[in-house]
Amino acid sequence: MNLSKTLIYDGSFNGFLTAVFIAFDERINVADIQKNDKGQNVLFSETETIFTNVEKAKRVWNGIRNKNYNAITNIYFAFLSEEDGVELLLYTYIQKLMATHKGRSVDYSDGVTLRISQLSRSVGREKHRMEAFVRFQLTKDNIYFANIEPDFDVLPLISKHFRNRYADQQWLIYDVKRRYGIYYDLQGVEIVSLDLNEIHFNRNRKSKVFAEGEYDYQELWNNYFKSTHIKSRINRKLHRQHVPKRYWKYLSEKKEAV
Amino acid sequence: MNYERIKEKLNILADAAKYDVSCASSGSDRANKNNGLGNAARMGICHSFTEDGRCVSLLKILLTNHCIYDCAYCVTRRSNDVKRAAFKIQEVVDLTINFYRRNYIEGLFLSSGIFKSPDHTMERLVAVAKKLRDEENFNGYIHLKSIPGASDELMYAAGLYADRLSVNIEVPTTSGLKLLAPDKKQEDFTKPMLKVKNEIVRYRNERKIIRSTPKYAPAGQSTQMIVGATGETDKDIMYSATYYYKIYNMKRVYYSGYVPMVEDSRLPSIRSQVPMLRENRLYQTDWLLRFYGFAVNELLNDTHPNLDADVDPKLSWALRNLHHFPMDVNKVDKRMLARVPGFGMQSVGKILQARKFRRLNWDHLKKIGVALNRAKYFIVCDSCNWEHRDLEAEKIKGLILQNSTSKFRRQYSNQLSLFN
Repeated sequence: MNLSKTLIYDGSFNGFLTAVFIAFDERINVADIQKNDKGQNVLFSETETIFTNVEKAKRVWNGIRNKNYNAITNIYFAFLSEEDGVELLLYTYIQKLMATHKGRSVDYSDGVTLRISQLSRSVGREKHRMEAFVRFQLTKDNIYFANIEPDFDVLPLISKHFRNRYADQQWLIYDVKRRYGIYYDLQGVEIVSLDLNEIHFNRNRKSKVFAEGEYDYQELWNNYFKSTHIKSRINRKLHRQHVPKRYWKYLSEKKEAV
Repeated sequence: MNYERIKEKLNILADAAKYDVSCASSGSDRANKNNGLGNAARMGICHSFTEDGRCVSLLKILLTNHCIYDCAYCVTRRSNDVKRAAFKIQEVVDLTINFYRRNYIEGLFLSSGIFKSPDHTMERLVAVAKKLRDEENFNGYIHLKSIPGASDELMYAAGLYADRLSVNIEVPTTSGLKLLAPDKKQEDFTKPMLKVKNEIVRYRNERKIIRSTPKYAPAGQSTQMIVGATGETDKDIMYSATYYYKIYNMKRVYYSGYVPMVEDSRLPSIRSQVPMLRENRLYQTDWLLRFYGFAVNELLNDTHPNLDADVDPKLSWALRNLHHFPMDVNKVDKRMLARVPGFGMQSVGKILQARKFRRLNWDHLKKIGVALNRAKYFIVCDSCNWEHRDLEAEKIKGLILQNSTSKFRRQYSNQLSLFN
């Protein structure tokens, strides 16, 4: 048996898949797969830096997809959870997947498999929530702008949804936590990295960057929201369960007096 | 935009529309066309949730709350002394588009009080939808409320623009309807339903031959009934629901616990509680019928005309049918797995996949996420200890209740509370 190695990659999904390719190809005994900005001490194994190679990544992607179509979604979603140690977990999962002959079935009685499917579900849930909880505000430049602050890195997952839905308006969704956004300019979606010095979450002061009438619509929506609940059925616990508090600061219906 | 006026109208007409339970925006997959605005997601998206916990996915408003009818259960009834308002067609269009562009909503749910005549009202509802589709190139979700008694021609037009149509039957029994809505006849509801159903079938058939045939009400029809206003049994309600599912191909039937709003000798008193637990049990039953393969007479029949308050309908069925159990998780088919208390359809799917790899034991089931506290009395798996031990139904029920907590527990507990 050869010595175990820790693979260092650039943090991108393609980088991770390249690492998987190299591990399989060179029959490396993988100790861990880590992002290069992590800077963790690797005490008991030597390291190898992986350079992202789209061709190799693609071969892994196709290999997994041909084995099980659902698995590739699970893997990508779980990867975006950014959970500590998810790379090694995914690597083990891919090994198991490639070794099985059970076709399209997933072994939910296996711990690793179950964990991946749970992670993927959590990310999927937040993807869905972000499709729901993005609140655009119209700027004077005629761009519909939204801040989000998701637990997981879901921007790559929601871009298609918003492109398909808002095809006739320019929009920008900015991830406050990860400091990058996706911008649609009526042609296509691109990734933009910018440092916003002003975060437009709920507060009482109005900002001048937004179009005239923007706050009117926010208030109408806020008002509408207030008149929808039925007093005799109030259930705040259920409400918080559906709309977790951490999202409130970007929701116009949760704003107190603009 | 006359902001103050719109705001006032919105307050009045959203407030009056909130008793309509339906807010589903699912079942339609309208694509965005010609780079226009919007599309409809197949599974729908709830954009927010009210403080009573219901989903907000559509801008749900009345076109007007003026009404010529005087139905006892309705806030908008003629004899009720409330502020009245009416939207102009363009105002509804503008609100919808501007809310949609900000990602507040999936689309519009437009209902209305009946002013002048059913046709006059229906015509205006259709005009809103037509304007949204033709002038604004809007491809989001539109749910129109069919006005009881509206003509076939208008129902036909409505289905061309709307994703879903619904007409509320309101009261599950004919005698109840006569009592509470003396101006309305059952045919007023069923005639438009039948028209829509027939058109859906016709369009679907034509689409098979000519692919460019437009979609007609792609998300189907739904209806709603009020629960607990006229003393009907759960059996009455669910048999009525089953009838509408079957005869009119309903996509959904909603059950709305009666919210007392007006003092009326025909209705429960204004101080009575909204029957939330009962409503919850009815939805559970509805789910069992639609997704779990149960027949309505298995769950409700003459010897068992009402659902249990203390246990869910599936557990209740299992306790009355102990001869089917215990089931072997590693052997029985999907249909039977779905009947085990504590197994949801998600768990059933996972069990079916996982057992191709190995025989499952308690540990596996627990990790998969089934509610073992209920399931364990009804199954055997690859572990030697078996919880069933020929217990009697009452004993099992007691054990399960002892180990579970429910937000409704207070409502059915006989234990007197010391501090209340």
